Parts: sequence; C-alpha cells; structure tokens
Amino acid sequence: MTIGWALLGVLVVAGLGALGAAVASPRPRRVVAGVATSVAGAFGVVAGAAAVSGETYSARIQQLLPLSEASIGVDALSGVFCVLVGGVAIVAGLYSIGYSDHAGSRTAQALLPLFVASMILVPVAANVTTFLVLWELMALTSLALVLAEHRLRPAVREAGVWYGAMTHAGLVAILLGLVLFASKAGSESFDALRAAQLSGTSRSIVFVLIFIGFGSKAGLMPLHVWLPRAHPEAPSHVSALMSAAMVKLGLYGILRVGLDLLGGGPRWWWLLVLTFGALSAVYGVLQAIVATDLKRLLGYSTTENLGLILLAVGAGGMFAADGNRTLASLLIAAALLHAVNHAGFKTLLFLGAGSVLRSTGLRNLDSLGGLVSRMPVTTALFGVGALAAAALPPGNGFVSEWLLVQGLIHGLPGADAVVAVAMPLAVGVVALTAGLGVATFVKAFGVGFLARPRSESAAAAKESPMSMRGAMLLAAVVCTGLAMAPASLGPTLARALQVLPSVRDGSPLRGGVTLRLAGIQGSMSPLLILAGLLAAALVVVALVRRGLPRRTSLVWGCGGTRLDPRMEYTATSFAEPLTRVFDDVLRPEYDVDVTHHAESEYLIESVKYRQRVDDRLEASLYPPVFAAGNKFGSVLSRLQNGSVHRYLALGLAGLITVLVVVGLTT
Amino acid sequence: MIQLVLLIVLAPYLVGLMRQVRASMEGRAGAGIGQPWRDLRKLFRKEPISPEGSSWVFTAAPAVLVATTVVIAAVAPFVATASPLDGVADLFAVVALLLLGTVALALAGLDTGTAFGGMGASREITIAALAEPTILLAGFALSARIGSTNLAAIVERGQQAPGDVLSPASLLAAVALAVVVIAEAGRLPVDNPSTHLELTMIHEAMVLEYAGRDLALVEFASALRLTLLLGLWANLFLPWGVATSASPVALLIGVAAFVVKVAVLGAALAAGEVFMAKLRLFRVPELLAGSFLFGVLAVSSSFFLA
Repeated sequence: MTIGWALLGVLVVAGLGALGAAVASPRPRRVVAGVATSVAGAFGVVAGAAAVSGETYSARIQQLLPLSEASIGVDALSGVFCVLVGGVAIVAGLYSIGYSDHAGSRTAQALLPLFVASMILVPVAANVTTFLVLWELMALTSLALVLAEHRLRPAVREAGVWYGAMTHAGLVAILLGLVLFASKAGSESFDALRAAQLSGTSRSIVFVLIFIGFGSKAGLMPLHVWLPRAHPEAPSHVSALMSAAMVKLGLYGILRVGLDLLGGGPRWWWLLVLTFGALSAVYGVLQAIVATDLKRLLGYSTTENLGLILLAVGAGGMFAADGNRTLASLLIAAALLHAVNHAGFKTLLFLGAGSVLRSTGLRNLDSLGGLVSRMPVTTALFGVGALAAAALPPGNGFVSEWLLVQGLIHGLPGADAVVAVAMPLAVGVVALTAGLGVATFVKAFGVGFLARPRSESAAAAKESPMSMRGAMLLAAVVCTGLAMAPASLGPTLARALQVLPSVRDGSPLRGGVTLRLAGIQGSMSPLLILAGLLAAALVVVALVRRGLPRRTSLVWGCGGTRLDPRMEYTATSFAEPLTRVFDDVLRPEYDVDVTHHAESEYLIESVKYRQRVDDRLEASLYPPVFAAGNKFGSVLSRLQNGSVHRYLALGLAGLITVLVVVGLTT
Repeated sequence: MIQLVLLIVLAPYLVGLMRQVRASMEGRAGAGIGQPWRDLRKLFRKEPISPEGSSWVFTAAPAVLVATTVVIAAVAPFVATASPLDGVADLFAVVALLLLGTVALALAGLDTGTAFGGMGASREITIAALAEPTILLAGFALSARIGSTNLAAIVERGQQAPGDVLSPASLLAAVALAVVVIAEAGRLPVDNPSTHLELTMIHEAMVLEYAGRDLALVEFASALRLTLLLGLWANLFLPWGVATSASPVALLIGVAAFVVKVAVLGAALAAGEVFMAKLRLFRVPELLAGSFLFGVLAVSSSFFLA
C-alpha cells in the first residue's frame, strides 16, 4: 500500500507545485517549484524503495484515458528507476531554488515538478496507452524546459527544434513497435503482452522498432544528436534531470520490453545492442575529449556512459540467449548499477557546471580556470564527480565498470566464435573508453578549475548560494556511499533481475566489505582500497610534516618572470595530442590566418589559429535525411492546389483504399 | 608487510642499479647504486616550494601518488601469493590505481599554470589513455583461461602449469605488457627519465615545479612504480620462486627470487636503453597501437589455441 500512497503523493505534490508556481510571484515561485520538485522526488524514492524491498502494487482507473484505461503496476525493476529518478529530482529541486533567479520563466518553473512526476510514473505504467501518454508528457515538459532560456540565447531555439524532432521521431518508433506488439497480442496490458505468443519475425520487428525509439532517448549513436545540443542549452538542473534521469528511461524501455515483455530473444538482437552500445561509448568519449564547452562535454560523456550500459545489456542479453544465467545476471546487474552510479555523478557534474555558469557566465573551458581558490566547495565537489566519471578508484563509476569487465571476461571458456570475437572487442572498447574518459575528466577538472583564471569573469567568480552547495553536497554523499558499499545493493539488484525471465539467477553480487561475485572468481574491495589509500597518505603526510615549512614562490618562467595566463595550457591544447591520434575519426578543421605586415610579406603582424571539431556523424548522416524529407514534402505539396475537386477525389480514393484493405484482411 | 618494506627499500636501489648499468656501458664511472637513496635523503631535508597561484591539488598530489603505489605494493603478490589482502584488489584494480597516481600528478602539472606543466600533463595522459586498452586486453588473455582476475590466482596457475607460461597467448601478452610497462614507467623509447629538455620530456615536465620533500616523494613514487611494474611483469610471466605458503623458508626464497628477477629485468631494460633513442611523441601512439595489436592477438590465441 505504501507504493500507492507514495505515487498519489507524487501526483498531488507535482500538481499543486505546478499550480502554485504558475500563480506565485517571482520570489516565492522558485521556492514553491523547487520544493515541490524535491518532495515529488522524495515520494518517488519512497515508492521505489518499497518496490525494491519486495512490495508490488497495481491499480487500474477505468475512465481516465480515452479508448482505454489507465493502468499501473510496480515491481522491483520499476522500483530501481523510480528511486533513480526520484533521487535526482530531490537534488535538482533543491538546487533550482538557488539557481533559478539566474534564469527561468514562469512556465519553466511550473513545468519542473510535472516533468519530474511524468518521469517517475513512466516506469510505473502497465499498459501501452498509459506508457505512451506518460512518455509523451515527459517529452513535452522536457521540451518546454529545454526552451526555458530561449530569450537569452538564439542557440536554445535550435536545440529545441533538434530535441523536439528527435524525441518525436523516437516516439513514433516506440509507438509503432508497441502498437504492433499489442495488436499481435490482442490486448494492450503488459500482462497480456508478456503472455502473448508471437512469431519470430514480428517479435524481431517489434524489438528493432523499440530499440530505435528507446535508443534515441538513451542518446545512442547515431541518434544522439539532440543530446549535446539540448543538454548545454537547458538550465543546469534540467540538464541534470535529463542527463542523469531521463535518458535512463530509454534503458528502462529496452530492459522492460526486450527482456521482460518479449522475454529475451535471439542472439542477434543483443549483438545489435552491444554493437551500438560499443560504438556510442567510443564515439561519445572521443567527442567529449575534444569538447571545450563544459556542458557539451558532459552531454557527450552521457552518450559514452549510456553506450557502456547498453554494451553491458547487449552482452547480458547474448549470454541470456545462450542460457548462461550467471553471466547474464552479472552483466545486467552491472548495467543497472552503472545506471545508478551515472545518475549520481552526472547530477553532481551538471550541477557543478551550472554553479560555474551562474557565477561566471562561462561554459567554455578555454576561458575558465582558477576557480579552485574562488569557488572551493564547487571545485571540490566537482572533483568528486570527475573522479567517479573517470572510473578511477575510489569513485563509484569504477565499481560498475569493474563489474562490467568481469562479466565480459568470464564468457570465454566454452564460448563459440561469435562470443569469442565479440567479448574481447567489447573489453577493448571498455578499456579505450576508460582511458579516454580519464583524459576527458582530467581536462574538465584540471583546465576548468585549476591554475590561474584565463578571463576576467573567471577571475571574478564567487561561490554559489547555500541551496546549490547543499544540493551538490547531497549528490556527492550519495556518490561516495555508492562507491563504498556496492555490495549492499546486491539483494536489490537481484530482486530487479527477478523480473526478467531469461536472466534471473539469484544474487550476482555478494559480500560485505569485499565485493564478491556469484558463480565466478573475482573480488575487490573498494572500501579497503580507500582505507589503504587514506592510511598511506596520512603516514606520508605525517612523515613529511616535520622539517622546514612550505614556501610560496614564483613559477619558473624560462628566465622571465612575467607569466601570462595566455601561456597556460587550454582545453584545446590539452586534447591536441589525442585529437591528432584520432584524426581519422574526428576530422578536426584547422583555420590559420596569417596577417602580413603592410610593408613586407616577410614580416608577420599576427597569426590567428582556430580549430573546430564538429560532430562528423551528424554532418554526414543527417543532411541527406533532411534533403529527402524536404523533397518528399514538396512532392506531397502538389496534392494541395486549392481545388475542391481534387480534395474530394483524394477523400474518395482514401475511403476506397480503406474499404479494400478491410475487405481483404477480414 | 615484509613485501611492503622490501619494496620500499628496494625501489631506489633499482633506479641506482639501472643508472649504474647505463653508466658502465657508456664508459662512465657512475655514482653507485646507493645514490638515489642519498638524493632522497637530502631532498627530504629541504623546504618544499609551491608556485604562486597553485592550490591544494599541487600540495596533495605527491601524497596521493605515493599512497597509490604503497597500496599496490601491499596488496599485489610480489613475494607470496598467500596474502590476506589478496581479495582487496585484482589486476584491474591495480591498473586503475596506477592510473589514479598518473592523474594526480597530471592535475598537479595543470595546477601550476605553466605551459610546461600543462604540456607534461597532456602528454602523460595521452600515453596513459592509449596504454589502458592494451593492459586490459592482456589481462583478459591472462585471466580468461584461469577464470579469475585475481593476481595471486594467475601467478599460482603459472607455477602449477609452467607450460601455460610458454603458450602463445601468454607470450603475446608478455610482449604487449612489456611495451606498456615501459610506457607507464616513462622509460626510453617513450620518455627519457634523465633529461630536462623541453621538447622531449613528459614526466619531468609535469614535476618541474616540485622542490624539496615534495620532489623527494615524487621521485620515490616513480622509483616504486618502476619496481612495481617490473615486479608485476616478472611474476605474471616468470612466476617461479613466489612463495605459496607463509613458511619462513618459502618467504625467504620468495624475497630472493623477487630481488633477482627485478634486478635482472631492470638491468636488461637499462642496457636496452643505451642502444635506443627516444621516439618522436607522435610515434609513441603507433608503438602503443602495436602493443594493442599484440594484446588482441593474445586474446584470440588464448581462445583459438586453448
């Protein structure tokens, strides 16, 4: 019963919050919207926590939706995502109270609680209509939130168009897939879909359609193009909600439909998921490492992380198709754990970026720097997030990537050719991503926050208000908890895996302080590693404490003492060697303008160097699609010439076609 | 514990030994193998200097760097496989800890705000990022057959079945990891540890601003890292002599075997360096790509020839 009341709480609080924010005056408005968002998130966490501890709940409201009924059903898998979304919402709501005076309209603030409520309810839906209605509600509210600052920057509008188009293209794919599924199954409730007997071909068509739809929401390459545009342009707490929570619902969709409703499938489905996951991971991290816009970098890092998560899902699905439940459940558990970890650190990182943006007005890493002494709390907390995102111990990202690699490695004994080729390549991809991810976050943290400021606004930065620092601290504490005690999540993950028929296999994670895996050899103890590091560092510090005190002095300046911030390494120069190594994939554009002296061309007055790295996939894949769409549109427009006769003829032709189709099929 | 003390004492001597080998092959007298320890002792007594405008990151980095190496020295099986700490960190955790040390130093390099620091950090991270896939693939090849990534399990298996060590998978992995060890330890032909020439240096550029006991910590950590990397390579591919029980005799043999193995490898590496020139920076990725290829071959042969 807890779940029912908590879900009702989500709805009521979000509704009241939206109403309150819509009518309130500016100052209380952001408090109302922020508090309502946090409270709705807290109710979501309560519902989810009840669900992952074993409670289930279902309800139906008959007349709520046209042509159908509203139906909800909560199990442990839904619970994991409710907790994830709710947790991000609590932090983002708190943060928005301090952040929103900087940006945000009445509409945007009123829609924030509704966006959160729709995200909490998506994993709760238990029939196709309810699911699609909530999904669309989530898409529309998030679109409005992306557009919140459109008066300030024209780039926001462009991002909104991209996001709107991509999210609706994704919706069409999901809609087609689920409607086809429901029509073949004869009913639209998830229970009926689960029990349906479909032919292999229709199952595959359904799966491919929903993979395209949910994959675009999860930011999988090549459907990721909306993500690096929408994330930077949205207000930072909205970026956090979208990047940490909303994209995970794409993962939820693939797990729910692919592994639960369809009950797993042939191996090629999962090979498809694994391939696109791997490509997204590498492509995302390569774009992230060359990005100079901090929020764009974080957006591409989301593509990378979702790529890794789906790589785990794909590998898990392949093992499930082979009947190897031990590894399947380990890999799906790794995917879920990484989803939770990513939600934690990506929230923290986006909020940190927002804090910088609010204080300096800058997102460009090349103009930042020196924040470590001006915004010490933000810097330290961003550092916690960056450590986790770089997947280094003792951060929380490390634990789930470790699990992922363990799952991939142990598939080798008794493997056939496909697995034996796929798994090593997958390990190579994970390894390359891990290495480049480290470089990305060293760049983001080192160039963005350390050294000396590279611009006036960075030099004038001030620490953010209390509510923002508090929210970031909360996120950092959650990240640290996840990093220290991943084994305690074992039972929860096991219960979530119980929902997936071809995967379930006891508890994949065991142990207290030391993380042990069920069925395979492998152990690691994040807590003891941290304790060891701390102890060793303390001993070192204690040893060197004695002796002469520390002195601050000039930097060595090659004989000169004037050191200009212009001489510092920037994000662009930091990434230059890697840009050069991956030249073939990234294809950077260089632009060198040399201005000669007016009197002699042997004297050079100034040299201007510019480097741009565009998303090459987008540039090569999308224009043909746009061109084809335009052409199609102009062909169709010939149908419309203003003549009533022609419209009547079209209507008649349409009617006859429908009658013929109906006559032939019945 | 014995292992930890042994490694800490031994590490600077290894660097001294390698310098001595180079010196005698180049026809110089050399400073003796104790010189690194004497340098460290002297540096420890000098005052540390922070560059203007640097932050706690710069001050904390040496401690973090030393801590990561010390933790690895405590948990990995160098002398004995029967260690209570074996479950704490496996092959991948050890690799990640090494990377954490690299990151700490790179951040310190960026924090100084000089072009040198940034350049060193950028280059070091580039090399580390490209070495990572090779390490994991080689680890995959070594651990997939055994079904465990725990270092002790891999070493014990090597002792029980010496034939495995000579298998194609193992040999290919050995070559791949050797390249990575050289790259990670910052030795020729990837990096030259004994120059301060701007155009060639990687590691030295990052630590240019360190002085006094900070520099001592950094120098000590890099010596310990070199010892750890050589020791790991030795025990993974030449596992003989590592103690499998906690009896004093076995431990004594373990210590002796470890010292001999690391000394021989270090001397060989130093001798190799005499005949080698440093690669251009942008040839290094090609070298690492080559070692990545060896890693892939190791994995495929561990499957197809198993």
